[in-house]
Amino acid sequence: MNAPNERSAELAGIGEARLRKEDARFIQGKGNYVDDIKLPGMLFLDVVRSPLAHARIKRIDTSKAKAIPGVLAVLTAEDLKPLKLHWMPTLAGDVQAVLADDKVCFQMQEVAVVVADDRYIAADGVEAVEVEYEELPALVDAKAALAPDAPVIREDIADRSEGAHGPRSHPNHIFTWEAGDRAAADAAFAAAEVTVAQDMLYPRVHPCPLETCGCVASFDPVRGELTTWMTSQAPHIVRTVVGLLSGLPESKIRIISPDIGGGFGNKVGVYPGYVCAIVASIVLGRPVKWIEDRIENISTTAFARDYHMSGELAATRDGRITGMRVKVIADHGAFNSHAQPTKWPAGLFSICSGSYDIPAAYARVDGVYTNKAPGGVAYRCSFRVTEAVYVIERLIDVLAQKLSIDKAEIRRRNFIHREQFPYTSAFGWQYDSGDYERGLQKVLEAVDYEALRAEQAAKRADPDCPTLMGIGICTFTEIVGAGPSKACDVLGVGMFDSCEIRVHPDGSAIARMGTINQGQGHPTTYAQIIATELGIPSDRITIEEGDTSTAPYGLGTYGSRSTPVGGAATAMAARKVHAKARKIAASLLEVGEADLEWEIDRFQVRGDPERAKTMKEIAWAAYQHAPSGEEHGLEASYYYDPPNFTYPFGSYLAVVDIDRATGETKVRRFYALDDCGTRINPMIIEGQIHGGLTEGFAVAMGQQMPFDAQGNLLGNTLMDYFLPTAVETPHWETDFTVTPSPHHPIGAKGVAESPHVGSIPCFSNAVADAFAHLGVTHLEMPHSAYRVWRQLHASGVAL
Amino acid sequence: MIPAGFDYHAPDSVAEALRLLDELDDAKLLAGGHSLLPMMKLRFAQPAHLVDLGRIPGLSGIREEGDVVVIGAMTVENELIRSEIIRRRVPLLAEAAALIADPQVRNRGTIGGDIAHGDPGNDHPALAIALDAGFVLEGPGGRRPVKAEDFFLGTFMTELADNEILVEIRVPGLAPHTGQAYEKLKRKTGDWATAGAAVVITIEQGKVGAVRIGLTNLAPSALRAEAAEQALLGQPLSETTIEDAATRAAAICDPAEDLRGDRDYKLAMARQMVKRAIRKAAARCP
Ligand SMILES: Cc1cc2nc3c(=O)[nH]c(=O)nc-3n(C[C@H](O)[C@H](O)[C@H](O)COP(=O)(O)OP(=O)(O)OC[C@H]3O[C@@H](n4cnc5c(N)ncnc54)[C@H](O)[C@@H]3O)c2cc1C
Repeated sequence: MNAPNERSAELAGIGEARLRKEDARFIQGKGNYVDDIKLPGMLFLDVVRSPLAHARIKRIDTSKAKAIPGVLAVLTAEDLKPLKLHWMPTLAGDVQAVLADDKVCFQMQEVAVVVADDRYIAADGVEAVEVEYEELPALVDAKAALAPDAPVIREDIADRSEGAHGPRSHPNHIFTWEAGDRAAADAAFAAAEVTVAQDMLYPRVHPCPLETCGCVASFDPVRGELTTWMTSQAPHIVRTVVGLLSGLPESKIRIISPDIGGGFGNKVGVYPGYVCAIVASIVLGRPVKWIEDRIENISTTAFARDYHMSGELAATRDGRITGMRVKVIADHGAFNSHAQPTKWPAGLFSICSGSYDIPAAYARVDGVYTNKAPGGVAYRCSFRVTEAVYVIERLIDVLAQKLSIDKAEIRRRNFIHREQFPYTSAFGWQYDSGDYERGLQKVLEAVDYEALRAEQAAKRADPDCPTLMGIGICTFTEIVGAGPSKACDVLGVGMFDSCEIRVHPDGSAIARMGTINQGQGHPTTYAQIIATELGIPSDRITIEEGDTSTAPYGLGTYGSRSTPVGGAATAMAARKVHAKARKIAASLLEVGEADLEWEIDRFQVRGDPERAKTMKEIAWAAYQHAPSGEEHGLEASYYYDPPNFTYPFGSYLAVVDIDRATGETKVRRFYALDDCGTRINPMIIEGQIHGGLTEGFAVAMGQQMPFDAQGNLLGNTLMDYFLPTAVETPHWETDFTVTPSPHHPIGAKGVAESPHVGSIPCFSNAVADAFAHLGVTHLEMPHSAYRVWRQLHASGVAL
Repeated sequence: MIPAGFDYHAPDSVAEALRLLDELDDAKLLAGGHSLLPMMKLRFAQPAHLVDLGRIPGLSGIREEGDVVVIGAMTVENELIRSEIIRRRVPLLAEAAALIADPQVRNRGTIGGDIAHGDPGNDHPALAIALDAGFVLEGPGGRRPVKAEDFFLGTFMTELADNEILVEIRVPGLAPHTGQAYEKLKRKTGDWATAGAAVVITIEQGKVGAVRIGLTNLAPSALRAEAAEQALLGQPLSETTIEDAATRAAAICDPAEDLRGDRDYKLAMARQMVKRAIRKAAARCP
């Protein structure tokens, strides 16, 4: 018998920096993405899109396109009407045009689809479809959406005074959502010694996964079955939606998410392209593939953010925050297809009191329609948490500047202290655990904060210094792992998640989950959880996700929910297997279950460890002779409904040097300390943090979707849209503390989104800090050289 | 992102390519394809025929002919970067080519295509102007030379006739007491210049003996900043003359506003790039 430490190492369980199991096939180009799926007789679908942001469709002539040899069908809204599929419901309680019905409401909106023998003919067919438009005035500025004379975007619902989330006050108004206690917040402001206010725009950005959206729909007319390969972050929910739309029973629908080249929220929704491909396959009886190109992806499938925020803090003169108010105009584009738990039109935005003990708070979000693409997904964050963290982390800096209090110190004065957990915020969230001071202190010591501030002071004193130096701090708290089904559902389905584990006779195992990997490392980390729980080496555990015909129903992977929800289901399913294994072991060893104790990979008799049965032996026995009263086999499933969200947190610090001549911002140093509770695989955590920081850097420093006054999207290719490469990405320093979640079976919290959520305000805080001595409190993102230069110029410090 | 249909031709000599250009209606030459194919994929360009120069022997390569370095039009950027001759005789080209696009594009994109395309955002035009390079164009009537500074007429407009091929770029090698430098401000890897300046400067006995300045993406075509050169010529280099040169260079610019910035920003950046390139080139003078 090997020594315990050897056996434990052999498991490669929780805490091991195990190499990712899935990488071998990706590195060798052996991944299997949607566009790799090739079926006999497969057709291609391409989309005719509107060049205008707002226009009435006068006429569509498809005859030239239909005449092209190899074009099998051209579909418009008229063709979908008899099937009642020209509109579809959205996850947010609205409807969205599948193909434009009478008018187009955003540039690049889907107007018709062409189905052809190959994608080249389909593209030629798209060119040949003639559409005559009558241009209408476009509404681009969300803040003008509710003006009395604003163009009405949604004529289909213009006269409805009730929306999915309550009363509507204007044809372009989607919802008003309020949280907190307005009277209490107003009272705090009335009594405040100081107040600060800051308007800020979290610009419209796009998650821009390397693989664009797409699907292959294959309807078998003989069996009446629909199989669709789709690059989806939520295949099970898609199956339910497809069932609702098509009228097919879910038992006849199979959605398969193969390898996914990044999702970041972009692949949660159901898009017109999917619906059209499925309809075309049903109508033509042949498989139909639809794959977006990059321009279509950036222009049409879900964007993120676009929150116009006005934040205020009330405080005492020594910097204790006494109240918070936030008002938001949320630009949802032409249809409200915001990805969200159904009852949360502003997601979890009310986490916006952050890491601070703020006694009174109030937030209000007004969603509006504009002539832009629909969406509002959680781009590497839990629903609207990025926006929430941004507003509080910017506001606290503005307050610090006003009071001339150091930006680290003001955070310390306001933190929720360790002994206050579990802590209920003014917005009603119950923070499960936290230890904010410890993290911040560790970061400040690691970077020698005092020395950095001294260097900054010296540089500010030197008028010839060619750079402005800024130090940004962000001490954020996230809310992830949606979520408790009493609070969260999608179309009525509770936001639980699931796992099934089956241990084979030889002691190896397969486990299937309702989540779906898109680079998070599920095949590796889930196996580690099971390894520790069951004493089966990770390498002998296969993880499968993404096929609705084999995996148990789950809500999918987004909002950092895989570990908090799917990981918990995995641990709980393993514990059910473990309980049965104990029974079998007791029977084999002829002792009572209570006489057994678990040791790494075996049950041993208390006080007589030589008498033991390993999990491998138990597995064999489970198939050979089940103990009396027990079924054969060794398997279990678990549907986990989390009792609460988890609240990962971190302390980040950035040092930037701004070139006074060009406005270029160089990130000299970025130190990220994260606390995600129990750390399952430190290497994967570090990789996720690097990725999240890089995407955060992209958003803060360069990403934006700029529109002109006519609603034309000006930067929809990777020439303009900023996707950082290794060349521009800064060096990342990472660190951690461990504060386990008290309610999660293994104490884990989810980590992949923290670095995105936390780094963005950290960059903005650093850039604003560089200008703080010049009286500047805020610069809008992205902090491109050009925009920063304009501030240099306005502040009179450009060289 | 799928081009309209076209026919593909792969001649094996310049003469054959010229014959195809003459015979075919609506034909385009194809070099590395990294400007032409993106335009075709967006269907901004829909040529009926592509005549690929890639199979013609002798159109690529770098050689020395006395004082001149001769670069075949089909030489790709990565060859420029790696070439010992370029690094020794025209270091500016190696430095600047490394700032063009990304490694994949540089593996296919050619110096000839970069010049012939006539895109004001491309870097080679201003480099060629600063280097006082000459281009050799071959047409049905034989070869003719054109000086770089006379070649660029406007956006996508050059001296090149429809039935001509750019075959060679002839660059004077690095002169004694001379330094070269390229300064390019860009938003990210793979981006064209917000503003770029190429400087070739000769400093003898403390005075500027010769100087040429080329500007990238600051007007409808690459510019030679002659007035700026005049501000430096015959003078010792000083912060005053450099400022003066930068001001004069910016004065001839006519940049278009785009996502990289408005005119004011680009003019300010033109000044910065010119100043930086002068200083850097001067510091490199042996
Ligand atoms: C992502 C990206 C980033 C880029 N960034 C930059 C950059 O920063 N700086 C830069 O300078 N360029 C940049 N480019 C352009 C790139 O350098 C191209 O390779 C170059 O502009 C064209 O060269 P080519 O060999 O690819 O020519 P092609 O695309 O094949 O041809 C371009 C045009 O020139 C004509 N042509 C080509 N060769 C000849 C010839 N010998 N005689 C006559 N006509 C000819 C063609 O008919 C065509 O009209 C970028 C391209 C991409 C895709």
